[in-house]
Amino acid sequence: MSAPDLPLWAAILVSFFLVAGALVTLLGSIGLWRLPDFYARLHAPSLGATLGTGLILVASMICFSVLQGRPLVHEVLIGLFVTITTPVTLMLLASASLYRDRVEGNDAAPKKDPPPTEL
Amino acid sequence: MSRLRRVLPYPLLFLALLGMWLLMTQSLSAGQILLGSVVAFGGCWAMVALDPPAARLRRPGAVARLAGRVFVDVFRSNLAVGSIILGSEDRRTHSGFMSLRLDLTSPYGLAVLAIILTCTPGTQWVRYDPSRRVLMLHVLDLVDDRYWVRTIKERYESLLMEIFE
Repeated sequence: MSAPDLPLWAAILVSFFLVAGALVTLLGSIGLWRLPDFYARLHAPSLGATLGTGLILVASMICFSVLQGRPLVHEVLIGLFVTITTPVTLMLLASASLYRDRVEGNDAAPKKDPPPTEL
Repeated sequence: MSRLRRVLPYPLLFLALLGMWLLMTQSLSAGQILLGSVVAFGGCWAMVALDPPAARLRRPGAVARLAGRVFVDVFRSNLAVGSIILGSEDRRTHSGFMSLRLDLTSPYGLAVLAIILTCTPGTQWVRYDPSRRVLMLHVLDLVDDRYWVRTIKERYESLLMEIFE
């Protein structure tokens, strides 16, 4: 493996977006550890799935567009599919956990749905 | 128009699938266009077998405005949730469940709202009760639940109703 031969300005831009995306994703993983309960932890992975993925995809677009000398944007498909599929997993996990907590009578979930908030 | 519909029941879906195929193969050669058309054609007829409820997309301007708002909000909520994760113990224990009444009834509108709320870190769609039209959410930073009701209703629900109803 050798590093791609990019001009300096592109190398700086690509590494900036790549490291920023990796840091956001790392922050989401740290959230899994630091947040107190299951429902709060559900919020952490979406950092990596949204901004983290987005920044890494921008880095990939710049890198391969510069290398091949023409605009390459097919990475938007990755962003589109991740955005559409991640919520399905998270919603399924939330409903399953709520069902289990209510059947077992755990304190993490409220016994009844909270009343709707009116403005 | 009806003859076109008989051969090609979902013209927009056809174009979207063809566009996706050409993006993935990264070529505009006649062969790939032909192959992509066959795949898109099959996809359209698979959709007929699923028989989804009719959807009308109105107001492309509203779609663009909604996309812009979601983009900004995803960015902002990433920063907010990041600062909560790195913040003190006191800030991390303000999460909780809340409910709100929705006026939106279109199944497609609700699906888009579910994606928006779950994708933005900080709000998590838990369940929607269609008989009472009440949505239950889990919010990471639940200090003022009226703030979240206002945000969801004014920023997303009003635009989704313009688009889908």
